[in-house]
Amino acid sequence: MYAQMIESSGTSNRDEMTPEEAAFQDRIDAGEKIEPRDWMPDGYRETLIRQIGQHAHSEIVGQLPEGNWITRAPTLERKLILLAKVQDEAGHGLYLYCAAETLGVSRDDLTERLLDGRMKYSSIFNYPTLTWADIGAVGWLVDQAAIMNQVPLQRCSYGPYSRAMIRICKEESFHQRQGFDIMIKMARGTGEQKRMAQDALNRFWYPALMMFGPPDGDSVHSARSMAWRIKMNTNDELRQKFVDDVVPQAEFLGLTIPDGTLAWNEERGHHDFADPDWSEFHDVLRGNGPCNRERLEARRKAWDEGRWVREGMLAHARKKETAKIAAE
Amino acid sequence: MDDIAEFALRMGDNALVLGHRVSEWCGHAPALEEDIALANTALDLIGQARMWLELAGEHLGRTADQLAFTRDAWDFRNLLLVEQPNRDFGVTMTRQFLFDAFHLPLLTALSGSSSPRVAEIALKSAKEATYHLDRSRATVVALGDGTPESHARMRDALDILWPYSGEAFLADDLDTRLVEAGIAPDPSSLRAEWERTVTSALAEATLDAPGSGFFHQGGRDGSRHTEHLGHILTEMQFLQRAYPGAAW
Repeated sequence: MYAQMIESSGTSNRDEMTPEEAAFQDRIDAGEKIEPRDWMPDGYRETLIRQIGQHAHSEIVGQLPEGNWITRAPTLERKLILLAKVQDEAGHGLYLYCAAETLGVSRDDLTERLLDGRMKYSSIFNYPTLTWADIGAVGWLVDQAAIMNQVPLQRCSYGPYSRAMIRICKEESFHQRQGFDIMIKMARGTGEQKRMAQDALNRFWYPALMMFGPPDGDSVHSARSMAWRIKMNTNDELRQKFVDDVVPQAEFLGLTIPDGTLAWNEERGHHDFADPDWSEFHDVLRGNGPCNRERLEARRKAWDEGRWVREGMLAHARKKETAKIAAE
Repeated sequence: MDDIAEFALRMGDNALVLGHRVSEWCGHAPALEEDIALANTALDLIGQARMWLELAGEHLGRTADQLAFTRDAWDFRNLLLVEQPNRDFGVTMTRQFLFDAFHLPLLTALSGSSSPRVAEIALKSAKEATYHLDRSRATVVALGDGTPESHARMRDALDILWPYSGEAFLADDLDTRLVEAGIAPDPSSLRAEWERTVTSALAEATLDAPGSGFFHQGGRDGSRHTEHLGHILTEMQFLQRAYPGAAW
């Protein structure tokens, strides 16, 4: 779930729609895919740019907390797995920027919007990775939360986004299993490793719940996006499914979820659980998470210090092109 | 130490230390495509390191992880070139190019080694080194030729790294024995091809090779590494050192 609090513009009330908008909604209701050259309401286009852009930024910024442990991975095999995983995230960012480009916005433009704060990325990547177990917890919890959201998005109405999700989901489920495998090793390891594993769960549990966005009652843009089939489930539905899935996994690991109220509710057929601290969530979105400053600084540094490289490559390509034309 | 083990450490440590350096870029490269390509190179090199260290380990009764994570700097046998810091993208890609231009002919020669294990690892690695060289050469050419700023940065990169580019070709007693046993080529025999590759790329890049014939040495026999290696190992070996005996 790498898109949170996406502002959706446009109406979901049929009586207020123009004939084009109503016909567009009919196509979506019939389960048709919308393709880049098709007519679409401005609101649909703008909402998707925000959503896909935020998702892409999350993949790129999401490289940083895990990249933090590549040079310190404990074995050659773990190093190879982690490096391949972080590389996959860069690849996901690339597909998603390409999907956004089909809507008429360039990758450079989206990058500038991230770097000057006009666009966000998922709140989860503003939390630090402090021990090796955090690399396990990110794969286990964060990738699992992402999968909850992205599997349904494979069926979303916008063709390029839907196809990007199909590719991404295959890799995400692989990452989730790798993360869980690290947790198994840690939870069954030495006393110190168990302590790292429990500590990682303690710190990542509530931030993982926040990934699904605010409670449905406060999620003002959901109805429009759901009618357009670019949001497939409500935040609370996905959060509940996540908790129900993770509880037995934590039990299997012998780890304790840091929520004293967590209990199976026979009547609902689901677990009851405590809300995260939503004021912390809003603080993180406002830039006050533990790592917001470092994450954006790292991205700005890469962008600014890479400028001469991008310009040099471009200048060389133009010279070659000119020479080729001159030779013809 | 037996000759194959010592040789495998030279090969494995080059790949491990360079792979470590390149992996430091992950998430920080100038463009997404470069980020992905650098990660690919690091993955290849660390994968190669694992194969060579496994071979060394077979002779030494140790695992590849034990060799990677519990030896101190003086037991590392990598060239000084590969432990040099990334500095900027220009230095990183110049270091890669100077190494690849040596690594590919070496691996190609090793593919015909009298040791089947050496030949097998070299054959697999040579495929990877072929596209590493294609890419690092193309990058050096593009950035040397690109803008006045990229040209100046690539010239600086060459000045910084040139004194580390000659160590690879200096043969010692171990090399003499490896040549006699048909295991590995004489490193000095690889110099001509390296020079041809580098000269042609620098010409296209509109860069001049620095004139100095002075070269630092001390990496491939472990006698005098640079100060950088200790810091690489401090970071790379942290978990294995802090929690000895744990399984990860």
